[in-house]
Amino acid sequence: MNVAQLSITAIRDGLISKQFSATELAHDTLRFAEAENPKTNALLTLTTDRALAAAQKVDEALARGEDPGPLAGVPVAIKDVIVTKGIRTTCGSKLLEHYIPPYDATAVIRIEQAGGVIVGKANCDEFAMGSSNENSAYGPVRNPVDLERVPGGSSGGSAASVAQGTSVVALGSDTGGSVRQPASFCGIVGVTPTYGRVSRYGLVAYASSLDHIAPFARNVKDAATILQVMAGRDTADSTSAPAPVPDYAAALDGNVKGMRIGLPVEYFNGLSAETGDPLHAAVDTLRKLGCEVVEISLKHTEYAIPAYYIIATAEASSNLARYDGVRYTTRSAESGTLSDMYRNTRGEGFGAECKRRIMLGTYVLSAGYYDAYYIKAQRVRALITRDFTEAFQQVDAIVAPVSPFPAFKLGEKLSDPLAMYLSDIYTITGSLAGIPCMSVPCGATSAGLPVGMQILTKHFDETGMFRLAHAYEQAGS
Amino acid sequence: MKLTEQQVTYVAGLANLSLTKDEVSRMAHDLDEILTHIDKLNELDTTGVEPMAQVLFDAEETASMRADIEHQPLGTDVALANAPMKGSGHFKVPKVIER
Repeated sequence: MNVAQLSITAIRDGLISKQFSATELAHDTLRFAEAENPKTNALLTLTTDRALAAAQKVDEALARGEDPGPLAGVPVAIKDVIVTKGIRTTCGSKLLEHYIPPYDATAVIRIEQAGGVIVGKANCDEFAMGSSNENSAYGPVRNPVDLERVPGGSSGGSAASVAQGTSVVALGSDTGGSVRQPASFCGIVGVTPTYGRVSRYGLVAYASSLDHIAPFARNVKDAATILQVMAGRDTADSTSAPAPVPDYAAALDGNVKGMRIGLPVEYFNGLSAETGDPLHAAVDTLRKLGCEVVEISLKHTEYAIPAYYIIATAEASSNLARYDGVRYTTRSAESGTLSDMYRNTRGEGFGAECKRRIMLGTYVLSAGYYDAYYIKAQRVRALITRDFTEAFQQVDAIVAPVSPFPAFKLGEKLSDPLAMYLSDIYTITGSLAGIPCMSVPCGATSAGLPVGMQILTKHFDETGMFRLAHAYEQAGS
Repeated sequence: MKLTEQQVTYVAGLANLSLTKDEVSRMAHDLDEILTHIDKLNELDTTGVEPMAQVLFDAEETASMRADIEHQPLGTDVALANAPMKGSGHFKVPKVIER
């Protein structure tokens, strides 16, 4: 069977009609991954034993005539910043080369309870810091669409795995666009739910007020299915929301007639033709579906990048203090004194991007700068959030680009960190506001590189976001 | 320059991060560029705007409380399993107090 083409629905149908067993599907996927993964370096670890054990459980449930769960037999890849009990979790860092977590993330537990089969751990930028997946200590990931190009980051391995077919759905993490941007680069669906919609328990912290566990899929329905499984209150994460989780699948009815769509002028002014043309064509499709399209303004957009890179790095400098050579990291050989141990373990262990963000974060939090930078950025964050709140009084959803450009060549932007940061402009605003946002494929550039359309809705309105994305997907671009 | 190499070294000390000489000069250049961009925030008058520390959602005041139920912790052996150096049920670090 061609594992690279399967959807969750097709797998379910295949299992129930006994065309294949979950164990056969797991074997086929793992064989396919062994053969194909070296081309992209998307997966760092194949979790063969765990996959086969989970598949066997599904087959046993089916044999007993039980419902094997909404993700029955579905091969899932997990970004290596999400902990898996007994399975090495590196965070793309040399520091955690040998780290074997003693527990599972809540999202991982829920996926397996729903019948999901975890087949591998996905490569990523070190501690989820990066926009190209070139910051991994285990080598860059290559985009399956064009192996000379990056898959985006920081969840580049998860995106590449789903696009390549070594998994059907995958978990990434999104702090400032780390799921939406790679989804757009690889031509798949990436969903960042409302902040707090999915438990972060077991997600290695980068910037706690912005971090999300967020899924990738090859179609909107699959994305809705895996989010459904993960969403909902978890007592292990006090920031997880108690709000009830609606039935997302019920929203996929194609009915978007009369839906009001806002196009933020700040996002479309100056957009290049290669990204803009497919997006404008997509907006035309939405109009044909009966949506009412209006221009809106999100006037603080230009301040999002500086606000984000203060807040995120400040939180990161604090969160990354724990990698000190004592509890779970490797330890420097130059550890004569306690202070040398800390300094050298971290100096040798962190890559350039992590060091840059730790330094920036430490600087903006340091005495005399805290109010000028950190508090100022938090005030600007409030203004950016207010822009969205006001916009959603006029419109049901916002449609925007995901990235200013499509997948770029490996090494092309590595030497200019600021330019790399600036490329996050369209995804960072939604992250700061904590609203649901997703990237859905909307065609390609003239060179054939995938382009994504971003859909943003108000807090906890994943339903509206999925409805619009699904209707667009079904209409075709 | 907003940031001298001396300041970079000071901040690296706060962050417990050893940097090579080359890293210090590269860092001064990169951070300077980023901080110059960040200065853009000063264009905005934020007087009277409450800082936003967290995304908030409507919930009962006690929504983040959980039932106080006893549960089994990981245990010392499991907690120590990833330590680079351990012994007698503890994490081991270089000596900090002379006997």
